[in-house]
Amino acid sequence: MRSVSIIGIACTKFGERWDVSLRDMIAEAGVMAIEDAKITGDQIEALFVGNMSGGRFVEQEHIGALIADCAGLSRLHIPSTRVEAACASGGLALRQGVLAVASGYHDIVIAAGVEKMTDVSSGTAADALASAADREWECFFGATFPALYAMMAKLHMRRFGTTHDQMAQVAVKNHHHACFNPVAQYHMEIAIEDVDKSPMVADPLHVLDCSPISDGAAAVVLVPTETAKRFADTPIRIVASAQASDTLALHDRRDLTTLDATVHAARQAFAQAKIEPRQVDVAEVHDCFTIAEILAIEDLGFVEKGQGGPATEEGMTALGSELPINTSGGLKACGHPVGATGIKQAYEIALQLRGEAGRRQVDEAEIGLIHNVGGSGGTALVHILSR
Amino acid sequence: MASGIVSYGVYIPRYRIRVDEIARVWGDGNEVSESLRVFEKSVPDLDEDAVTIAVEAARNALQRCGANPDRIGAIYVGSESHPYAVKPTGTIVGEAICTSSDFTAADFEFACKAGTAAVQACLGLVTSQLIDLGLAIGADVSQGAPGDMLEYTAAAGGAAYLIGREDLAAEIEAFYSFTTDTPDFWRREGMPYPEHGGRFTGEPAYFKHVVSAAKGLMKKIGTGPKDYDYAVFHQPNGKFPVRVAKMLGFSTKQIEPGLVVPMIGNTYSGSCLIGLAATLDVAKPGDRIFVTSFGSGAGSDAFSITVKEKIDEIRCAAPSVRDYIGDAEYLDYAMYAKHKGKLKV
Repeated sequence: MRSVSIIGIACTKFGERWDVSLRDMIAEAGVMAIEDAKITGDQIEALFVGNMSGGRFVEQEHIGALIADCAGLSRLHIPSTRVEAACASGGLALRQGVLAVASGYHDIVIAAGVEKMTDVSSGTAADALASAADREWECFFGATFPALYAMMAKLHMRRFGTTHDQMAQVAVKNHHHACFNPVAQYHMEIAIEDVDKSPMVADPLHVLDCSPISDGAAAVVLVPTETAKRFADTPIRIVASAQASDTLALHDRRDLTTLDATVHAARQAFAQAKIEPRQVDVAEVHDCFTIAEILAIEDLGFVEKGQGGPATEEGMTALGSELPINTSGGLKACGHPVGATGIKQAYEIALQLRGEAGRRQVDEAEIGLIHNVGGSGGTALVHILSR
Repeated sequence: MASGIVSYGVYIPRYRIRVDEIARVWGDGNEVSESLRVFEKSVPDLDEDAVTIAVEAARNALQRCGANPDRIGAIYVGSESHPYAVKPTGTIVGEAICTSSDFTAADFEFACKAGTAAVQACLGLVTSQLIDLGLAIGADVSQGAPGDMLEYTAAAGGAAYLIGREDLAAEIEAFYSFTTDTPDFWRREGMPYPEHGGRFTGEPAYFKHVVSAAKGLMKKIGTGPKDYDYAVFHQPNGKFPVRVAKMLGFSTKQIEPGLVVPMIGNTYSGSCLIGLAATLDVAKPGDRIFVTSFGSGAGSDAFSITVKEKIDEIRCAAPSVRDYIGDAEYLDYAMYAKHKGKLKV
């Protein structure tokens, strides 16, 4: 297997992009990524795109052919594939791109992600998102994603003494980080009291504990590491790509306070990269809800199980600290266009490792990790990137 | 040739429901009224509809100036709750206020700005001297589905304006409209309640159109916010008009007299025109008023108005907006549901 590197990255502005369509955003991200990689469209050999629910959100399926067409590449007749793993669709597209280059099938591949969620009402969007859970055994009985994560939060609080203030601190920190990220959906600082005062969604999760509904797209260009220097001064090497699965329904899990898919993917990734969690300098983790970031930093091995709350409260995961988590603002404040999120995470970590993250730059970042989850943990992907 | 407002009249049903009472029923808590900056809304009586409200407002307009209804050459009624899908509201108004049969009539619909569109149509006929007086009305008994955010603000009320060339209480110097196809809010044939695009009704709809029309008019006639004593903006809730005024450079003081939505809710086609009436209720001759309506779908009409001497003569001859606001009888949700026909038997 060949080593794979990222030579081009791009991310559109995330948010309520009422003035553009899904195809506008994917074209914007694709063109910017190609320009960043200093390649031409004719050099691209394959496309992979993560998209969770174009059919529900914009009544458009067949996104693979669509993005090749939008990028002006239809005349090349290259393979263009849409992949789906709910909110981990972007991470899955990245992994498919990595496998395509690593295997030697292709030399220049684009991995992209896109989601246009604000063309439908929030109720329709919530129902589309709920299809990432077990429709028959969870949704039909009234469970929504906030409700499922609220159950995880409740048990985590009971078992480990985690407090809502500790969860709220995840939102406070990520909103602070997002203020330094031009593409983030929100540029507003919030306080713990704001989280407490925001309307309750599913006890103990308030509105400000939840990631928003967003539009956005992102893309990265992948090549074999051996040729990467021809294209980029600072190619970013993908030193690990791991994926794991688990039961679709939360109630079938071994433990409600652990995402075993994350644990298994992380274990594989660290083994591939031959590093320990403590060697990671910066990470983007899947904070679809504030409790999810606490679970993530535990399940990835950055802190002991049960210590995610206190570690967050003590500031371990804030910019300028030991292990900055979600410098982009995370799903919470950068926004969560579900299919695009995994690729945006790769964009953010590549930017950090290139040293181009501006006011949110992590000093001397050499190794970065990205963690993307589908549903309540039925799928997890972990990639480790290195300068 | 100068043309403008010869007289005006309003009508607001006396029944009210407190927003907190609606929130109590739906379990939304008292923060709803604070976040919307709407505390009460008007509710029609069982036998009130857009027609009866239009008639009351028109009678008040005629009473205020004493004009002979026979002079009216056009009646245009703007509403999104005309009681008939086919059968004009304007004809009923004409008969009720005893006009001759020598007038043209049509019903307008443009969500919340159908009333100002009626004013523009009358201005065209009056300024071109095709008619002597035109009667433009905006009246609604607006609908909000039970439990929908619209239910907190959808209210009832209307305003009528006699548009002419002589004895002006206020001259309409210029207007400018900004219109696009923007699907932020709609109600299809046969649907009892409108649907809306949630947050999409804000930036790309209300703010884009109000700001574009307001700036367009000020650019067209070379004025700025400081040239006006008062300003009135469409009032779907208590937050939007305050924010849009600030965005355009108008002060809270300029919009205060016309900001009636916290007390009566959103009267849709009546909203902006009742706000203008409340401003005319206090304005002095020589004062200038800037008005911008908004209708979902979407469009905005902006007007530049100068108050004339005549206002002092006619002002007190009919009930003011504050008279109607002060005459309130409160309903609980059950009675409100009965008044609004939400209970089907």
